[in-house]
Amino acid sequence: MSTAIITFIIDGRDVSAREGQTILDVARENDIPIPTLCSLQGLHPVGACRVCLVEIKNTPKLLPACVTRPSEGMEVITDSERLRQYRKTITEMLFSERNHVCAVCVSNGHCELQSMAENLGVTHVRVPYLYPRLPVDATHARFTVDHNRCILCSRCVRVCDEVEGAHTWDMQGRGVDCRVITDLKQPWGTSESCTSCGKCVHVCPTGALTEKGKAVAEMVKRTQFLPYLKTMRESWS
Amino acid sequence: MAADSSKIAAPSADKRWRLVDNVMRRHGYRADGLIESLHAVQESFGYLDDVSLRFVAASLRLPPSKVYGVATFYHFFTLKPQGEHTCVVCLGTACYIKGAQKILDRIEQDYGIKPGETTPDNKLSVLTARCIGSCGLAPAVVIDGTMSGKLTADETAEHICRCVGA
Amino acid sequence: MIPDELKAITDAETEASAKVRCRLNVCMAAGCQSCHGDKVLKALQAEVASRKLEGVEVRGVGCLGLCAEGPLVLVDPEHVLYQRVQAEDAADIVAALGGKPVKRLVCSLETPFFKRQKFIVLENSGKINPERLEDYVAHRGYEALATCLTERQPPEVVAEVLASGLRGRGGAGFPTGLKWQMVAKAAGPKKYIICNGDEGDPGAFMDRSVLESDPHRVLEGMALAGYAVGADHGYVYVRAEYPLAVKRLNNAIKQAQKAGLLGPSICDTAFTFNVEVRLGAGAFVCGEETALIASVEGRRGQPRPRPPFPAEAGLWGCPTLINNVETFANIPPIMREGGKWFAGIGTEKSKGTKVFALAGRVCNTGLIEVPMGITLREIIFDIGGGIPEGRKFKAVQTGGPSGGCIPEQFLDMPVDYDSLAKVGSIMGSGGMIVMDESSCMVDVAKFFMEFCRTESCGKCVPCRVGTAQMHNLLSSICAGTATMDDLALLERLCDTVKFTSLCGLGQSSPNPVLTTLRYFRHEYLAHITDKRCPAGVCNIHSLAEVHA
Repeated sequence: MSTAIITFIIDGRDVSAREGQTILDVARENDIPIPTLCSLQGLHPVGACRVCLVEIKNTPKLLPACVTRPSEGMEVITDSERLRQYRKTITEMLFSERNHVCAVCVSNGHCELQSMAENLGVTHVRVPYLYPRLPVDATHARFTVDHNRCILCSRCVRVCDEVEGAHTWDMQGRGVDCRVITDLKQPWGTSESCTSCGKCVHVCPTGALTEKGKAVAEMVKRTQFLPYLKTMRESWS
Repeated sequence: MAADSSKIAAPSADKRWRLVDNVMRRHGYRADGLIESLHAVQESFGYLDDVSLRFVAASLRLPPSKVYGVATFYHFFTLKPQGEHTCVVCLGTACYIKGAQKILDRIEQDYGIKPGETTPDNKLSVLTARCIGSCGLAPAVVIDGTMSGKLTADETAEHICRCVGA
Repeated sequence: MIPDELKAITDAETEASAKVRCRLNVCMAAGCQSCHGDKVLKALQAEVASRKLEGVEVRGVGCLGLCAEGPLVLVDPEHVLYQRVQAEDAADIVAALGGKPVKRLVCSLETPFFKRQKFIVLENSGKINPERLEDYVAHRGYEALATCLTERQPPEVVAEVLASGLRGRGGAGFPTGLKWQMVAKAAGPKKYIICNGDEGDPGAFMDRSVLESDPHRVLEGMALAGYAVGADHGYVYVRAEYPLAVKRLNNAIKQAQKAGLLGPSICDTAFTFNVEVRLGAGAFVCGEETALIASVEGRRGQPRPRPPFPAEAGLWGCPTLINNVETFANIPPIMREGGKWFAGIGTEKSKGTKVFALAGRVCNTGLIEVPMGITLREIIFDIGGGIPEGRKFKAVQTGGPSGGCIPEQFLDMPVDYDSLAKVGSIMGSGGMIVMDESSCMVDVAKFFMEFCRTESCGKCVPCRVGTAQMHNLLSSICAGTATMDDLALLERLCDTVKFTSLCGLGQSSPNPVLTTLRYFRHEYLAHITDKRCPAGVCNIHSLAEVHA
């Protein structure tokens, strides 16, 4: 099998991509940072959070780096004032959507939303908070889901479906009323499909899915298992 | 191709399950027949409950969460039983411009229910639609499946009164 | 040979109609049915039967156009149109046959409403019984399909569509021929055709009317597309809110299958084409092609990033051609009369005609078909008859929640894809809502944003949160509680949502706000600084009231 090599430019640097790689893959290989939230190595990209949008020269539209494949000679810009403003506004929108209170969160200090906000220099949220009233489900023996901290990135849904194969999680409703659910929107502890494997907890970028018994700032997520597991499972099938 | 081809038993002896099963069979119990199957359930039973969602999920070999996700994504489906009579007020642009909101206000005033709600005596449910395509006759309402157009709030109220028989 | 059979049907129909001295065509589209057109049909049939009249045919036909004055009855060969007919009028109408028409019911056909239109898509609408295949065939239906299958190669069919210059009638206006070419060239043993009938724009009912009035035309267009691109299976995705359209479509599919015009070996050729109906379930976003595909596959109708485009990887990963109902309805006449003929109608870059659903504050609400390039003024004031009750025109909204509000200064602008885009709106699928001075433009913007908020699929952040935030801001402007900072925030959110959302729904959701801000900014300012709604729509408690 011949693997075509594509050469293109990211932020003025000449880079090359193997067939099938996305702009994000190539940027990572070359230590060029692009912020991401919904993307996670080992899971199918969905292009939903829109913080990895990049500019492409001579293209009017901004494109998500996580799903866009480079073409020969393409000039990608990953950082500009315009992109920074959009990423900031999107981050602020996420903070405004639910009730994110870092100071009391078990994931404080280990939260991808929090660290992205820091990196982007989001000092305060300029869009009004929506303050939805959302429940916390602690019916599972080992884990808790706190919808107030969920950013609907769908990582839990994807890992449960694509890697664990249980498909316990899915999304209900639409628009701002979306919420992650287990089985028929029943308490997690009563789910018949859940294998309690805990993968969803570890891929969750925020404190929405956590292990029980952790105090503030104690919940550290591990996602290293994912690419390995994915490769192993693919090689079996 | 479903690995397990054994047929899922209907939740009860109710004959309406046969109609639902017919639709699922027509789609070969494949996943792409899910929305059509949910339409069949709603047409037969008036709404989707946990029992029917589980039955459809099991028959089509789909995870329950996926079925629930689809059922709640599409606003045509309802997970709550409806009242004996239903009044759908069209909220398309033409109807909005021509005073559909006044009709909703009037219903709320008369029956104390907002869109999506049912009166406590279970007589009347009021719903809204995203344009039923009868813009030439705006504002349009559909009462118990029959459409009427160009009604004022008063005329609609009268019409509902007649149907509900209050 | 099928072409001969088609001719036999046509001959039989001509012979039968020669025996008919007089025809009473009763509009049986949803609009007229809802004002009891069905009762009128029955009453007329009963009346004719009781008088034992020979050679008088009473039949249901598709949309006659002037929905506002329904139920409508067209009498041929006298060519007299009766409006607002009730069952009690049946005796008078039948008695007047062959003599002087019933004066109190006559609707003049000499008005601009009828004279200024040009019918291509709606050529059979109101002329044929949509529930009879023979009627369609007698009006040259399936002629194009039979001719193409037996005499022309698929690339020639694609070339004809390219030559016509037809652009997609679903909203964005992508050249149809190019789309066909892409799918025809795409590799893959299995390809699909999808007809997008998920007419979700509030205020649009063109597709509903076409499907209700002339369903075979859409099927023929799809079959021609299937032949041209090499697909053997098609889906028509129709809103569940259109039960009559669904019924007639299913009926038409059965008839076409029975007649050998759908199914295996059509016209005794190797070409096979099957069509299935799929019901929508109330999700505007499913008009977006990748969301529509997800829905046909039985999933949540959430769009995915493109590329890959459906032409390369669509339904179940196979190359898929998606066109709107009206686009397919244009295909049979194009194949019959030639692409050149079609390209001779309309403007340089927008060919052919466009069907509009004219509604709102306009005298003649209904379904119209006009050549591209006609001005908004001609549509609203000549065809539409102007604004009722002598009120003043304020704006016309095209393109639904993705479009914009066009003010008076652009009334003489030609209606085509590019001109509409230039003023910040879009052609859209063809909803055209006229507004007069009684409409508050901020309230209208809020109405559309409320729509987008509830129709957002929730997948991408800017659309999901942005539409909710923008709706809240518009609500507070309407309530008179907003500040100039809020207006600035609204504009920033519009910009972010427009350029960062995943699909067309999100990207275009700020359009109604942006156009009203552009042309009616003073109304926003009146709400914010003067705490006053110029149209008197919004309920603002003035400062004096608050302090009192």
